[in-house]
Amino acid sequence: MTSTPSLWTITRRTLAKDLRLEWRSKDAINSMLFFALLVVVIFSFGFDPTAEESRKIAGGLLWVAILFATVVALNQTWTRELRNQVLDAYRLSPAPPQALFLAKTVGNFIFVTILEVLMVPLFVVFYNLRSVGPVWQLLVVALLATWALVVNGTFFAALSIRTRSREIMLPLILFPISIPALLAMVDATTSILTGDNSPVFWIRLLAVYDLVFTVVGLLLFEPVLNAE
Amino acid sequence: MNEEQKTGAPYLPQLADVGEAPTGGPHPPSARGRSGVSCRVPGCEAVVGECGNAAAVSVRDVVRHFGRFAALRGITADFAPGRLYVLLGENGAGKTTLLRVIAGLLAPSRGTVRVLGSENIRAVATRFGYMGHAPLLYDEMSALENLEYFAALYGIDDRDRCLQAIRTVGLDPTLQRRVGQYSQGMRQRISLARAIVHGPELLFLDEPFSNVDVRSAKQMTTLLATMRDQGTTIFVVTHQAALMEPVADECIVLDAGRLIAREIGIPPRLLTPYLAEESAALRRHPSPPGAPYLPQSADVGEATGAPHPPVVGECGNKTEAKP
Repeated sequence: MTSTPSLWTITRRTLAKDLRLEWRSKDAINSMLFFALLVVVIFSFGFDPTAEESRKIAGGLLWVAILFATVVALNQTWTRELRNQVLDAYRLSPAPPQALFLAKTVGNFIFVTILEVLMVPLFVVFYNLRSVGPVWQLLVVALLATWALVVNGTFFAALSIRTRSREIMLPLILFPISIPALLAMVDATTSILTGDNSPVFWIRLLAVYDLVFTVVGLLLFEPVLNAE
Repeated sequence: MNEEQKTGAPYLPQLADVGEAPTGGPHPPSARGRSGVSCRVPGCEAVVGECGNAAAVSVRDVVRHFGRFAALRGITADFAPGRLYVLLGENGAGKTTLLRVIAGLLAPSRGTVRVLGSENIRAVATRFGYMGHAPLLYDEMSALENLEYFAALYGIDDRDRCLQAIRTVGLDPTLQRRVGQYSQGMRQRISLARAIVHGPELLFLDEPFSNVDVRSAKQMTTLLATMRDQGTTIFVVTHQAALMEPVADECIVLDAGRLIAREIGIPPRLLTPYLAEESAALRRHPSPPGAPYLPQSADVGEATGAPHPPVVGECGNKTEAKP
């Protein structure tokens, strides 16, 4: 007997499907990884910072590299839904649209976290980084900052999915909206690495940003999904 | 009420069950719908196809624009439940657009669409299935993986049912190959399986036979006829009218976004590949002499705001269609 499925069930099934598709195609991870790697290597050759200078610029370099790489992944995850018009099958079903948004966001969060796990050790080596502040705070910043990037990115990628030049459109929409989050994640990271200031204000700002954009994304995703 | 309806389980006929496609030209109208299947409306004992309780689909003055181009120009019609409708017309006539508007994939620029008694199409999403031009499948997953995912979207967590749906369309459910490696015909079949896995009572098929060999197409046609006989209302958009001729209850002819004819079965003049001349002839003579049935504008409704006649039906439980 068919029934209206629950938000949790569909989120779980859609996330599992996305992870399976990514495992088989590796579209998003490969493109993100190579892009971020290039940025880090080119920057390291472009500058020759001392350990002290590295601590001051590393936050900005790291998050800008991850932001650019995230955009690549965001486009991939929605492009997959456009092939064979699979998105229409979801729109026709009684499944809650919010489940698709949540699953895509969590999926992108996992992909970007994998990227960070691979990139940060490289970053430490290339820039000779040593954190003065507590490292656990860096973990909190990384989690909140990653969610901020993907929750916004997933929403705006869905918004630009049907535009002809979506690769250009997404950064044009996403980057201005992400400025407060980018500012918070860079300043929080720099504060922890240098130990000069307390990162608490920036961490709180990131948390509020995450909350606001998660709620807004959930509320507005249905019209975005059904937009023609 | 048949056993499947009693238990709530969907009916998924097997190709082996349905045997050969019926042949010998259009059935007489009276034979249509006489499947012994009761109307699905509670309290109605009439036979599907002869019951006027409610139209399965009702469209009123539907207009759809794409920019300045009008793909649909004021279509008004009622479609009775338990029948198999074939939508014919040239490329650009508006067949696909009409199907997408009815299925809720496109919003009409003007007019109303009622599906299974509801203007909120999302509210009846569990009760209809749609097969599009594109297969609506993930290339990187196998047929079974695809079906399990799409069944889950309908609240179905039943592997056996997905296996049965794949068998129903004549494919091997144990096939591990990914859909991207399937032939076009196999994709079409799996796409049909996806559309019927949740046991819909209303089915929209957009060119289901494109790139399908004749034998497979005939098997699909037979399957559709069996589903129709079990009470499913089916809309098929096709350019291959001859394939549907043995089983079609009614054909709907569209031209330039207008519904220009409705006929019982598919008349021989429409069996050849659809030609512009035929379309033009229909425009000049909306009721060709000798045609067995061609509803007048009153039958299909006008967008004038005047009350509509009762929706098709003979069982006495007629309801007034909403203008």
